[in-house]
Amino acid sequence: MEQAFFFYFAIVIAAAAVFVVAVRNPIYSALSLLIMFFHVAGLYVTLHAEFLAAVQIIVYAGAILVLYLFVVMLLNLRRDDRYHRQWPMAAAVGVTLVLEAIVLTAMKGWTAPVVATGTETTVGGAGNAEAIGDVLYSTYLFPFEVASVILLVAMIGAIILAKKDVGGDAPQL
Amino acid sequence: MTEISLRLAVSFAQILAEMSIVMVTVATMTYFERKILGWMQDRMGPMEVGPYGLLQPVADGIKLFFKEDIIPAGANRAMFKLAPVLTMVIAMIGFAVIPFGPDVSMTMFGMTIKPFVVADINIGVLYILAIASIGAYGIILGGWASNSKYSLLGGLRSAAQVISYELNVGLAIVGVLLLAGTLSLVQITEAQAGGFWHWFIWGGRPDGFFPIHTQIFAFVVFVISAVAETNRIPFDLPEAESELVAGFFTEYSGMRFAFYVTAEYANMLLVSCVAASLFLGGWNAPYPGTILEYIGLEQLAWIEHIAWFTVKVYFFLFLFIWLRATLPRLRYDQLMRFGWKVMLPIALGNIVITALTLYFFPR
Repeated sequence: MEQAFFFYFAIVIAAAAVFVVAVRNPIYSALSLLIMFFHVAGLYVTLHAEFLAAVQIIVYAGAILVLYLFVVMLLNLRRDDRYHRQWPMAAAVGVTLVLEAIVLTAMKGWTAPVVATGTETTVGGAGNAEAIGDVLYSTYLFPFEVASVILLVAMIGAIILAKKDVGGDAPQL
Repeated sequence: MTEISLRLAVSFAQILAEMSIVMVTVATMTYFERKILGWMQDRMGPMEVGPYGLLQPVADGIKLFFKEDIIPAGANRAMFKLAPVLTMVIAMIGFAVIPFGPDVSMTMFGMTIKPFVVADINIGVLYILAIASIGAYGIILGGWASNSKYSLLGGLRSAAQVISYELNVGLAIVGVLLLAGTLSLVQITEAQAGGFWHWFIWGGRPDGFFPIHTQIFAFVVFVISAVAETNRIPFDLPEAESELVAGFFTEYSGMRFAFYVTAEYANMLLVSCVAASLFLGGWNAPYPGTILEYIGLEQLAWIEHIAWFTVKVYFFLFLFIWLRATLPRLRYDQLMRFGWKVMLPIALGNIVITALTLYFFPR
């Protein structure tokens, strides 16, 4: 049962991801991306990470992708050929990846199975958000803070870029 | 395999029951809205169909059902058809996590069933937020697919508005989550049991009356942002009829139009349910326990609980109509400034203050 769900999500994610880059109309691309986000969230649910699933939908589907759509509609992008003759390169990368996948699948029986390490604690559904919060503010505090500083920098940068055009009182940078 | 199919059947029955309740409430709402608006404006409201116009929703439904379905010539047909369905589905699935009665479980066919909540998931609040945030897609897509400038402008306005106000909704809820210590709507409601001074809008500690953890600011922010998120007056810029004809659903007719209208009312109902559950104690009565329990009818206490939940939800629904009759529409820049410069600081300040009071006076 679980495997069936995994394969369903995996196949749809892969297909939707291909559609995102293959479809000509940018609106359809954005919608394929939406479908992909939903299935990634579904994958999280099968892993009992409900908190991540909800956050995935709120942040990516609810906020970021809406902004994408907003921009796409506002700018009214032309449908042009976006591949710019990258087929040879794409084929090379693709063939390598497929070969790798085949080799890995074939090797599966040979290597010793990965033993689950003791670090991953089994958290019941209720403690899901709690567990993430605990880890985020203790073990991963430094990366977390770095990420927030980077976001702050991006925000300040965006404000300065947006302010440039307004009147003559813009900061001289 | 029989167990799974049985479970599916029970879930299906629950979903069907909940959806019928929602649809009936939506139909009643359309009637009440016109009636109350009429009274507030010193006129009668619908009077022709049935006694006091009671059958007006039925007449409206039949009319919309038999109207011609028009798709504009330049429209993107697939998206044009998809958008109202998407809006409707998203408006409906949010109700799955709303506990509209006490958290009892009964055993039927050898499995436990919670009759008053379809899905008691432990991230209920986040689920609601996620549903609310993707509600914008139906509107944006409908506006875009119509291939009309009014529709497109309505859709774009809606996108900006939903993103701005959804943030305030999320931040306003954080205070309640801090108090309850859980994300499950069922448990949040349970934490407010035992009298109205325990409701999170006052936030009295379990052992006292003094409202030290009051969430009243969060409550105000939540209600205002909820009005904005459901595109109701005074925040109905996506469909501002004096500027954009009818906004994102200008080009829609017949059942597709009905879908949009139903979804709007269902969204109102959803945010009313959420506001009642988070801030006003959900199905808890404003006094400890229930009257039916005192007079010895314990097994019927759920009726009183559901009645209180209904009263609270209808209070919010009345508030929506009241606002519509009272306030003029905001200008677009006023809307944005209000959202970002007034509501957001209040919501953030509320989080800081709630966290501080919780740290010094833990529950």
